[in-house]
Amino acid sequence: MEDLSLHVLDVVENATRAGATLIEIEIREDKSKDLLQIAIRDNGRGMDTHMLKRATDPFATTRTTRRVGLGLPLLEQAAKEAGGHLLIESEPKRGTRVLATFQMSHVDRRPVGDMGATLTTLIMGNPDRDFVYFSNLGKEEIEVDTRSIRRELDGSLRIDDPAVISLIKELFKNSPRN
Amino acid sequence: MAKLKVEDLKRIKESMKGTVNLRQGDYRVKVIVHMGTCGIAAGARTIMNTFLDKVKESGATDIILTSSGCAGLCNHEPMITLEVKGSAPVKYVKLDPEKAGRIFDEHVVGGNPVADYALSVGSETTY
Repeated sequence: MEDLSLHVLDVVENATRAGATLIEIEIREDKSKDLLQIAIRDNGRGMDTHMLKRATDPFATTRTTRRVGLGLPLLEQAAKEAGGHLLIESEPKRGTRVLATFQMSHVDRRPVGDMGATLTTLIMGNPDRDFVYFSNLGKEEIEVDTRSIRRELDGSLRIDDPAVISLIKELFKNSPRN
Repeated sequence: MAKLKVEDLKRIKESMKGTVNLRQGDYRVKVIVHMGTCGIAAGARTIMNTFLDKVKESGATDIILTSSGCAGLCNHEPMITLEVKGSAPVKYVKLDPEKAGRIFDEHVVGGNPVADYALSVGSETTY
C-alpha cells in the first residue's frame, strides 16, 4: 500500500464484510508527542480470542476466517516500520477496534494520503452502512457523519449520489496528505 | 472544523427537484470496482474515482457505482465488473484511469464492450 489512507480503506472494507453497520474512523495527530494515531471501530461480528491471536498472521487466514486477510498484517507492518504498533481489541457479536500508532516524524512513516477519497470510496461501495469520520491533521478538523447527512437528505437523494459525494470530497481539499 | 453544511445539502436537494432521479431505485448500468486488498494495492480507488468523475461529467442518473471484494484474480487487478441490464456482465482487467475512461465512453455510454481490456471474449476458436 502506498499510503495510510489505502490501509484504512482496506481495513474498513474488511469491517463491512464482517457485517458492521456503523464504522468509526479517527485520525489524530499529536505534534507534542510526535504521534499519529489511526483508530477504526466497527460493530461487526467481532472475533474470539483464538481468532484475535491469528488476526495479524497473514498465513493463518482460511475461508472460514475470512474476516481478516492481509489487511491487518500490512497495517501492522506499516506501523512497526514507523516506530509504532498495532492494537486490536475485539468481542464476538460486539465488534472490533483497531488502533495503529506511528511516530509522526519517522523517516519510514508512510504519507497519510487522500483520506477523502478513501471515505467517499467506502460510502459509494457501502451506501447501506454508516461511517463516522474525524481527523485533526494539520490543525484542520474534519468531521463527517453519514447518519446526519442521511437525516438531512431525508430520502430526497441517495447518500452515494455524485452530488453528495462531491460535497464530502470538498471538505478534504485542504487536508494535508503527507 | 470542516463539516457538511445543512445549506449545501439543501441546495443540492433543491437542484434535484423536478428531475427524475433514477438513482433512487432503478438503474441501467452498474459498475462494480473490486476493492479487495489486492485491488486497493493495485489502484482500485483511483479507478472508482475516475468513474465517479465520468458519471458526474455525463450527468447520467441511471448508473450505479459500487464496490465488491477480491474476485480471486489478484494478478489482474485493478478490475471491474460492468453490468448493463439485459446483457452479460463483462470483467475488465489491469485497468488504469485512461482505460477506465474509454470503457465509460464506449461501453457504459455507447453500449459497445471494449474487447481490448476485457478478461475474455467468448471461449476458444479452432483457427
